[in-house]
Amino acid sequence: MTGEPRPRVGLFVTCLVDAIRPQIGFAAIELLQEAGCEVEVPQAQTCCGQPALNSGDDADTVHLARQTIAAFEGYDYVVLPSGSCAATMVHGYPELLAGDPDWAARAHAMAAKTHEITSFLADVMAFAPQGRRCDASATYHDSCSGLRELGIAAQPRALLSHVEGLEMRGLAGNDVCCGFGGTFCVKYSDISNAIANEKAEAVEATGADILLAGDLGCLMNMAGKLNRRGAKTRCFHTIEVLSGRTSGPAIGEEGAP
Amino acid sequence: MTAAAQPAFKDRAKAALADPTLKLAIDRTTGNAERKRAAALAAFPEFESARARGKAIKDHVVAHLDHYLEMFERNAIASGAQVHWAADDAEARAIVTRICLAADAKLVTRSKSMLGEEIGLPHALADAGIERVETDLAEHIIQLAGEPPSHIIWPAMHRTREQVAELFKAGHHPPPAAEDPATMVQSARIQLRAKFLNADVGISGANFLVADTGATCTVTNEGNAELTTTPPRIHIVTAGIEKIVPSTAHAFALLRLLVRSATGGEMTQYTTFHCGPKRPGDADGPEEMHIVLVDNGRTRMLANEFREMLRCIRCGACMNHCVVYRQIGGHAYGGTYPGPMGSVLTPVLDGLAASRDLPNACTMNGRCAEVCPVGIPLPTLLRGWRRRSWREGLEPSSLRAGIGIWAQFARRPRLYRLASRIGVRVMRLFGKGGWISRMPLAGGWTDYRDLPRPPGRTFMEQYRDQQKGRRQ
Repeated sequence: MTGEPRPRVGLFVTCLVDAIRPQIGFAAIELLQEAGCEVEVPQAQTCCGQPALNSGDDADTVHLARQTIAAFEGYDYVVLPSGSCAATMVHGYPELLAGDPDWAARAHAMAAKTHEITSFLADVMAFAPQGRRCDASATYHDSCSGLRELGIAAQPRALLSHVEGLEMRGLAGNDVCCGFGGTFCVKYSDISNAIANEKAEAVEATGADILLAGDLGCLMNMAGKLNRRGAKTRCFHTIEVLSGRTSGPAIGEEGAP
Repeated sequence: MTAAAQPAFKDRAKAALADPTLKLAIDRTTGNAERKRAAALAAFPEFESARARGKAIKDHVVAHLDHYLEMFERNAIASGAQVHWAADDAEARAIVTRICLAADAKLVTRSKSMLGEEIGLPHALADAGIERVETDLAEHIIQLAGEPPSHIIWPAMHRTREQVAELFKAGHHPPPAAEDPATMVQSARIQLRAKFLNADVGISGANFLVADTGATCTVTNEGNAELTTTPPRIHIVTAGIEKIVPSTAHAFALLRLLVRSATGGEMTQYTTFHCGPKRPGDADGPEEMHIVLVDNGRTRMLANEFREMLRCIRCGACMNHCVVYRQIGGHAYGGTYPGPMGSVLTPVLDGLAASRDLPNACTMNGRCAEVCPVGIPLPTLLRGWRRRSWREGLEPSSLRAGIGIWAQFARRPRLYRLASRIGVRVMRLFGKGGWISRMPLAGGWTDYRDLPRPPGRTFMEQYRDQQKGRRQ
């Protein structure tokens, strides 16, 4: 990498990672550095605004969109360990600010350099993790926003194929929503629960040791449901496996930093 | 029945979730539909280009709706049909009832029409003292059960075969001799055939209104539309104005998409173009043909953010692939149209105040838009209703307050970091080990699932310590 300027990446941590599972943020930093990037976490970030966007609260969404765009303007790339927050920036911001003469172009520039982390590593950096090992069977759930709004499907699987000892198992209905849906899961908790139960049944049927996904919201929903059902499936974010963290605590196991 | 006159959406959904027979019926039908559509698309490599063409046809027609409607009217009148315009559901009901009463009709046969349901035709005919016989097999089933449709393609999809057997046993004279599908279908034929030939009026919907010929088109797999529209003296068509296509070729372009998306077939068993009443010398056909073109909110949609919904060709793929529909079924939605497309349309028809739950009861997973044969961005349209609901103050105050308080923090990064630091420490008090199984204000979550217990320090705290350590 001598002579080549290292791309400067601004990491957007997401509010759920910040509060519930900080180690996903550190896994992201490590992987991005390993892929040859300089990584910073701008302090002017909070939340991408998705809860406000999907509640129809335009005023707050616009404010948070501008705040986020401004915070990340100095970077070559914006990378997030979440398909749904990335989709909010890639599609939501430009749509929302389309009629704003001061912000439309800035929103488009932001969208053009924003990537979900597995697609950034695989598609932009052509990165393959080296020397990772995980002796377990795993199954992967395609989170909806990443899959349908950003086309994330092959990238996480390609990256995971470099992990020695990891046996990937197919999940029936891998592209069917788990019932999280942001505020949906608490606003319509009965319906959300019925959907989550079906997802948990499908995960249990694989017999896999580990469930992986690329969105912490969906992971919390599925992990919380699996635990309530008494299942022993351990849940991790894809990049926790890629950064060699599966020997540590899974989601819902005590002791993760 | 409008959404306002019923129990709340959440109660209807809860009741549906508690009904294992309903779940079985939904799983059987939607599971089948999903598999058949997938197989049909696998054998139809030009689906994407067909979809692009279908979308373009509908967009073109919607952009020139007045032109094509006037062309249709001219050509329909030239074919001998009479054309009526209805601004809303009440006017449409009045026109149809008036035609029936003027003809002294005692018995009306009807082939499946969601537009007929939308304008409340079944009730209007009953109020006018006219006997109505539904001739579509599934409509026949729900007529026996006294229910509205729960799906736009399979109106009786909420009923299992076992339940249908019970309904036929009680409602058919004589009852079917056995409970196998073939015997039951034969029994329904026997019941209906007596009615087909004695009906005074046949009422149908239209899958397409063909502008350059003035013909209306119905597609079925049972042939009941032909038997409904041909023997009676009078044929009445009720159709939404967005059903218009420039020509027969355009109708077929859309039909290729419609059938594959709906049932996984390549073509319907019966595809009939009705062009005017019986002409001199014709062996059969109705003496009068009336076409009622219904607006009922459609021109309002032309001018607002829901315009793209006018592309809908009523295939049902969005509901077949919807995780919410597949849990609660169609009746829980409370409007004429269920599922994702219904969640966009019901607020148009019944008002947002009565149906604000529908656009909200969606996980925004995007599968409906992915399967829509005319590329309607359903989640975006549903979000449009959420925005209106927010603007009009229809959202519950608890949600507004919650989002409002959260946004006040999220707008101030330093305050947000402080609140997160405090928040995770407070959250930790409600759990032990790695999980929280109950927490105040989190019942919506913890009633059904455990919540991962956060570690004691946020990412931002840990990151800043790390950065400080680097600088020292």
